Amino acid sequence: MIGSSPRRIEDRPLLTGTARFAADVTLAGQLHMRVVRSQLASGRIAAVDVDAALEMPGVAAVWTGADVGDLPPIDFRMTKVEGLSPYRQPVLAVDFVRYVGEPVAVVFAESEYLAEDAADLVFVDYDDLEVSLDVTMPTLFQPDLSGEPARIEKGYGDVEKAFGEADVVVELELAIGRHSGVPLETRGALATWDGAALRVYGAAKVPHYNRDAVARMLGLDRDHVHFSEGHVGGGFGIRGELYPEDVLVCVAAMRLGRPIKWIEDRREHLVAANHSRDQVHRIRAAATRDGVITAIDDEFFHDQGAYVRTHAATVPDLTAAMLPGPYRIPSYRVTGHIVLTNKTPAGTYRAPGRYEGTFVRERVIDAVADRLGLDRIEVRRMNLITPGEIPYERDLLALGTHVVYDSGDYPTLLDAVLDHVDHTTLVAELVSRRGRGELVGMGVGLFVEKSGLGPFDEVRIELSEDGTVEVITGVASIGQGIETAMAQVCASALGADFESIRVTHGQTDRIDRGMGAFATRTTVMTGSATLAASQTLRRMIIDEAAAMLEASPADLDVAEGRVFVVGSPGASVGFAEVGAVTGGLSATEEFTTDHMTYPYGVHLAVVAVDAETSAVAVERFVIGYDVGKAINPTLVEGQLVGAVAQGLGGALYEEFVFDDHGQPLATSFMDYLMPTLTEMPPVEIVLSEATPSPLNPLGVKGAGEGGITAVGAAVAAAIDDALTSPGLVRRLPVTPDRLRAV
Amino acid sequence: MGDHTIDLTVNGTTHSIDVEARMTLADALREECGLTGTHLGCEHGVCGACTVLMDGQPVRACLVFAVQCEGVEISTVEGLARDGQLHPLQQAFWDHHGLQCGFCTPGFLMLAVGALAENPDPSDEEMIEILSSNLCRCTGYQNIVKAVKAAAEHMRS
Ligand code: FES
Ligand code: FES
Repeated sequence: MIGSSPRRIEDRPLLTGTARFAADVTLAGQLHMRVVRSQLASGRIAAVDVDAALEMPGVAAVWTGADVGDLPPIDFRMTKVEGLSPYRQPVLAVDFVRYVGEPVAVVFAESEYLAEDAADLVFVDYDDLEVSLDVTMPTLFQPDLSGEPARIEKGYGDVEKAFGEADVVVELELAIGRHSGVPLETRGALATWDGAALRVYGAAKVPHYNRDAVARMLGLDRDHVHFSEGHVGGGFGIRGELYPEDVLVCVAAMRLGRPIKWIEDRREHLVAANHSRDQVHRIRAAATRDGVITAIDDEFFHDQGAYVRTHAATVPDLTAAMLPGPYRIPSYRVTGHIVLTNKTPAGTYRAPGRYEGTFVRERVIDAVADRLGLDRIEVRRMNLITPGEIPYERDLLALGTHVVYDSGDYPTLLDAVLDHVDHTTLVAELVSRRGRGELVGMGVGLFVEKSGLGPFDEVRIELSEDGTVEVITGVASIGQGIETAMAQVCASALGADFESIRVTHGQTDRIDRGMGAFATRTTVMTGSATLAASQTLRRMIIDEAAAMLEASPADLDVAEGRVFVVGSPGASVGFAEVGAVTGGLSATEEFTTDHMTYPYGVHLAVVAVDAETSAVAVERFVIGYDVGKAINPTLVEGQLVGAVAQGLGGALYEEFVFDDHGQPLATSFMDYLMPTLTEMPPVEIVLSEATPSPLNPLGVKGAGEGGITAVGAAVAAAIDDALTSPGLVRRLPVTPDRLRAV
Repeated sequence: MGDHTIDLTVNGTTHSIDVEARMTLADALREECGLTGTHLGCEHGVCGACTVLMDGQPVRACLVFAVQCEGVEISTVEGLARDGQLHPLQQAFWDHHGLQCGFCTPGFLMLAVGALAENPDPSDEEMIEILSSNLCRCTGYQNIVKAVKAAAEHMRS
C-alpha cells in the first residue's frame, strides 16, 4: 500500500454534501455571536455605547472589554522569545485599538441576521492616535513600550573577514508583500457548556494545544474541556490557531448557559485572521570573482502587525534559520527586527520564513551571478552543498532544534529538472522568442524545506470486537488526505484491509495527547507512530491467532485482515474472529524526535510579460522535489500543485494593501486576488525519492510546503530574464502597476 | 419570524418555509432546509462555493434571495447521487483527486453539472473559462480540470 495512490477514504461525505464543516453544525438553543470590530487603525477607546443594541428584541447580551477584563491575553504556542509577553492580544480591546478589525465588543443574539443588526447599533467613540505602518521605522507600542520588542540574531563564521577579503559585494533591498493563507472556509466555532464540561466544535490544526490553553485561560480542569474537529476547509498555517473569537464563544457558552456559534464572514477574515509574510530585507553577499559566495549578511524587518499572536517569533526565527538554504555559505550573520505596526496581526503561512528567505537569497545569488557576468545556474551549482557533505550541520537553531540537513543530493535534483525541461533547448527558444519581440524568460529557485517537527506523536490502534480497525491520533486534518495516508501505513504494516480502516483525528476525548497538524509534520511524525502501533498490534493479533490456530507465531502472516499459516492459506482466522475471542485489542505507540528532516527542491518558471498591460503570465512551472519516500504519490503531487497556486498568488496577485491611515483596502475577493484556473500554468512535477530520511522508519520527508517555497524567487528571476533587466524585481507581488513603475 | 412564506423546490422536494425578504437562497437552503452541502466562501459572489442550479442554470446562491426562487427548480449537491450511486462528476472528482479540503467541491460540481448540460463537449479554452468562475484554494485546479474532462467524456459515451 505504501507508495501507491488509492482513492482517498475521506472523500465521500465531501462529494455528497454531507460533510460537517464548522458552519454546518447547529445545536438546539444556540445563540449567534457577532463581533464589533475597530474601524480605526490606532485609537483610544473613549466610550462604547451598547444600549441600543441591548434593547433590540432577540439580543441576549452585549459585551465589551470590561466584561472579559478578567481573562488573560492569548498566550504563545511556539518559540518563546523573551520580551514578547506585553504584546499579546487581549480577547477584547481594552482602552486602545491597534488595527482595523480588532474585536471591540461582541453581540449575542437569536439569529445571525439579528446579531449583525445589533452589532451595527454598538457605537464606539475613539480618539485618533498616530498610526505606525512603516516596518523599518518602529514607533512606540505604548508610551513606555518599544514597537520593536525583540530581535532575532543568528550566525556563524567570520562575516567581517569574508567581506574584507571579497572580490565583489552585492547589496540589495528586497521586500515580500503581506499576504496569507485565506482558506476557502472562513473560521468558525461552536461551544457548549453543560454545567461541568465545555465542548468546542470547529477546532482545527492543534486541538489538544487549544484545549489546554482554553482550560488555562478559563480556570477549568483540562479533562473538562473537549475540542472536536469536524471537516476543515483548508488550513495553510492560519486556521486553527487560538484566536480571540474562539475564547469568546467558550466564555459566553459558560456565562450565558446556551450554545454559542460564531461564523466569520469573508470581510472579517481578511482583516482579522492572521496575515503573513511582509518583510523588508537589506542583504549583502560577499563572493570571489569565480562566483563562490563567502558570506551573507542580512538585516530584516518583520511586520508583525498589531499584536504578537500564538506563533510568537516563529516566522522571523525560521526566516533567519533557513535563509542560507542549500548553499554552503561559510559565514552568515542575520538580524531580524520584530516590529509592531497598526495592521492585522501576523502568523504563519505555508512555508513561513522560507518563502520570504528563499526569495531574498535567490535574488542575491542572481545578483552575484549578474554582477560577475556568470550564468545564474552555474553560480548556484558551485555553491551547492554536495552529497558527500551530508549530513550537513549549520551552527544555527530553527524552532529550537539544530539545523542538520539529514539527507539530500541537491546537484542531482537540479540536473533532473534541467533535463526535464531540456534546458539548453529551452534557453535557445526563449532567446529566439525574445528576438521576435516577445517578453519571455526563465528563472529558477532552489531551496531547502523542513518537516517533521517533534517532539512526539502518539497513535493508538484498536481492533474492535467486530474486527474493525481504528487508528486514533492527535493529529488534525486540514484537507491534506491524512486519513488516507495513515490508513495506507496501517494497512501495510498491520495487514489490515485498507478500505475498512477508520482514522480518527482531532478529538481530544479520544486520545489524551496530540500535537496537531503544522510544520509539515504529520506524515513524518504521525506516520511513524502509526507504523509502530501497527507493528505492535500485528504482533498481538498474531499471538492470539497462533493460539486459535494452534500454530507457532513464527509460521503466521497477515494480509487483508486475515491471519494465515504461511504455505497453507486455508488455515486462517479473520480479524473479526480475533476480535470476538479477545473482546478487542489495542496498541499505543509514540514516535519522538529532536531533529527535523529537511526535504529540498528546485522550482523553474517560464513567464511572459505583456508589453501593453505589464501583466505577467506564467507559461510553465516545474517543481523538482525530494520527499524521501512518497506514501501516496498522488497526494504528494496534489499538495505540490496546490502550493504552487498559492505561491503564484503571493508572487503576482495577492496583497493586503493599507492606505496611509491604516485602512485595509483588500477586504473582499474583488481586491484580494487569489489565482483562478486562468492564472494557473500547467505544473510539471519531477518527484524524487533519491534520499530517504534516516530520521524516521518510513524514510519520509514532508511534502506540504515544497510547492510554494521558491515560487516568488523563480518568478522574479524569470521576469528579470523576460525584460532582460537583471535585478529588476525587488518586491513581491509583481503587480502590473509595480512592473510599469520600474 | 419571517415575513414571507414560500415554497422552495429543492432536488424535487418542496419545502414550505418562512423567510425574511433579505434572506439569501444560500442561507435558506442551509438554515431552513437543512441542506448544508451548499457552502459560503465569500457571500459576495466571487468564490462560487455557493453555486447551485436554478432551472438548470448555475447561480451564486449568496446573490439570490430566497423569495425570488418560488416556482423554480433548485438543484444542490445533495441531489446529485442517486440511490447511493455517485453522479459521474462526483465519481470523477474522487478518481482524479479533484478535492483536498472539499469546501469548494459542491460549488465546482454544480457549476460543472450546469455547464456540461449546456455544452457536453467544451473545448479546452471553454473549459478553462467555465472553471475559472470558482475559486479553490487547495488543489491548484489541475485535478479539477482532469476530473471534469473525464466526467464529460464519460457522460457523452
Ligand atoms: S459564497 Fe457565493 S460566491 Fe462566494
Ligand atoms: S479543495 Fe479546498 S478549496 Fe478546493
